[in-house]
Amino acid sequence: MALLEVRDLHVGIEDCEILRGLDLTVNAGEVHAIMGPNGSGKSTLSRVISGKPGYQVSAGQILFKDEDLLAMEADERAAKGVFLAFQYPVEIPGVTTMNFLRAALNAQRKARAQMEFSTPDFMKRVREVAKSLNIPQGMLKRGLNVGYSGGEKKRNEILQMALFEPSLCILDEIDSGLDIDALRIVAGGINALRSPERAMIVITHYRRLLDHIVPDVVHVMSKGQVRKSGGKELALELEARGYAQFEDAA
Amino acid sequence: MVAVPETVERVRRIDVDQYRYGFETLIESDKAPKGLSEDTVRFISAKKNEPAWMLEWRLEAYRRWLTMTEPTWARVNYPKIDYQDIYYYAAPKPKKTLSSIDEIDPEILKTYEKLGIPLREVAILEGVEPPPGGEPSANRKIAVDAVFDSVSVATTFQKELKAAGVIFMPISEAIREHPELVQKYLGTVVPTSDNYFATLNSAVFSDGSFVYVPPGVRCPMELSTYFRINERNTGQFERTLIIADKGSYVSYLEGCTAPQRDENQLHAAVVELVTLDDAEIKYSTVQNWYPGNSEGKGGIYNFVTKRGDCRGRNSKISWTQVETGSAITWKYPSCILRGDNSSGEFYSIAISNGFQQVDSGTKMIHLGKNTSSRIISKGIAAGKSQNTYRGLVSAHRKATGARNYTACDSLLIGDKCGAHTVPYVEAKNFSATFEHEATTSKISEDVLFYCIQRGLSQEEAVGLVVNGFAKDVLQKLPMEFAVEAQKLISISLEGSVG
Repeated sequence: MALLEVRDLHVGIEDCEILRGLDLTVNAGEVHAIMGPNGSGKSTLSRVISGKPGYQVSAGQILFKDEDLLAMEADERAAKGVFLAFQYPVEIPGVTTMNFLRAALNAQRKARAQMEFSTPDFMKRVREVAKSLNIPQGMLKRGLNVGYSGGEKKRNEILQMALFEPSLCILDEIDSGLDIDALRIVAGGINALRSPERAMIVITHYRRLLDHIVPDVVHVMSKGQVRKSGGKELALELEARGYAQFEDAA
Repeated sequence: MVAVPETVERVRRIDVDQYRYGFETLIESDKAPKGLSEDTVRFISAKKNEPAWMLEWRLEAYRRWLTMTEPTWARVNYPKIDYQDIYYYAAPKPKKTLSSIDEIDPEILKTYEKLGIPLREVAILEGVEPPPGGEPSANRKIAVDAVFDSVSVATTFQKELKAAGVIFMPISEAIREHPELVQKYLGTVVPTSDNYFATLNSAVFSDGSFVYVPPGVRCPMELSTYFRINERNTGQFERTLIIADKGSYVSYLEGCTAPQRDENQLHAAVVELVTLDDAEIKYSTVQNWYPGNSEGKGGIYNFVTKRGDCRGRNSKISWTQVETGSAITWKYPSCILRGDNSSGEFYSIAISNGFQQVDSGTKMIHLGKNTSSRIISKGIAAGKSQNTYRGLVSAHRKATGARNYTACDSLLIGDKCGAHTVPYVEAKNFSATFEHEATTSKISEDVLFYCIQRGLSQEEAVGLVVNGFAKDVLQKLPMEFAVEAQKLISISLEGSVG
């Protein structure tokens, strides 16, 4: 059984079809990279899987652990183990990162009928993870992402990913706006979370990220479909020859 | 990006219909005949066994009220109020003199229990009395005065307060027992001629709380009044007078609820605060009168005059309010900064949902030298509500060195509500420094989706964002109230009873 199975997915927004019959199968333990030009539908795919409102699914299905993902609200999907690391994480003034993390983690645990973490256990866990990502304690006491640098925001996404222990991680351009050092830290955090039970979908424009997070499968997306899939060497080929060849194939 | 229709619809649906204080207590009551006349005023005065001077004071107010017209400058719309279709006095029956809390009608005690108000003399946080002969642990207790319709039904911790020299009692009793204090201060901050609703209140007020803190005393516990309107077609007109004598300090909390009814009910209260030299009053309100149903039917008309007079040097008055209830709120807790170096503060969270209309703010009147004031207002509008901040900051000719800082932030949820900011600034002294900042924002769909993707429900997400927005003001509330207010904010926007 695949962890995630996307079949013939057609999705539009305001009468404009963005995904046009997309198929994708991701097994537990695998890391998939999705590459493709701007407007090919990569980010739309990540939002539809995670349940952002406003998209119309006209055909196809998404199965996650053999369940119909499209029938669930976004918070249910989160509790089932779907995590999206945002390209542009939002700022929430007045809500400290620590409080946000606790509210979110406890909401997920409640939805799964698990005990909420005690405050000391929770704090201890957050501190451990934060340390491994070079996140200073002071940052956790500030408003969520308020005044964070681009790199800090992305590290905060990985912090949440580590804390929530999702089974499917979708990383939407996690490398955008990162300098070399920040990229190394973020990639290190992601690699540390690779496990046989967990799958990742890494969306990126650049091969550079895939030097740090080595994928098992690379997909090339164009005009709302997966045009070609292959091993990690496909990323090198793309860099040498560009996306144009795949668009022509459409 | 504006919240998508689903969000707006959801917030709309779950809002005001879930008012959880909307129950009614079935109890016999003793009422004045319906309508307003000199006889009504005399009836109320007689019920309270008032001295002649008090009756005269009321009648003078009543006669003046007859010559006044209802103000129309606020941004609120409501059908004309028929002042003859209201009961001006209702008291739970039987009304005999109570010597202890055990004699209160158990139905009323049950009501306050349902409201979560500790009428029994218990320590709030620990739930235990101090050991006999032990130090009363001041910061764990709140003395409560409970006002049910027109009368005060219980005041707790009387003995301990008395030992400290603090007078905390229903104002109807204070008129009889401490006439010299009442006569000296009543109507000196909000004169009987002040405004239409304050004048009406002066004529027909039936009860409320009276506090006097003697010189140099720091009141050993928080004082609190809970107001409850229960009777149908009844107006509530409470009057509160708090005097902090030289070098004293008191923190006072006020909470209010009412049953759910189809017809509108009038609430026209007056609160007067006086601080003498070096004294401080901190006054906190959580206003949660019934806001009306989701179609805008019913709800309390809340026309309130609250004003503090920093009469002495270095004195301070701080207003904190969380306004979530009422169909209409018309309320401007203000400070007259008369004493040199005196300071005033106004911290406000005003939430409107459904068809609620809020027109609230403050006035900071700088009269003395080197006076300072600070205004932090957070307006949150959802549903089809209208939320207005209206404020005045003024410096008198002689108010050398007056300083004010104002920050008004509005948050909109959905696109059918409105937020408005109407600041008036008058500086007649060149040395005055007034700063004003205002922002308006919306809860964006991106922010909500981010929270929901992390496992929070839509309702939890809205509650979290709004509480974050209001945090600066929530921090100003006493701890017990802050927790309650935080819940209330979530409830009034979400309906998820916590």
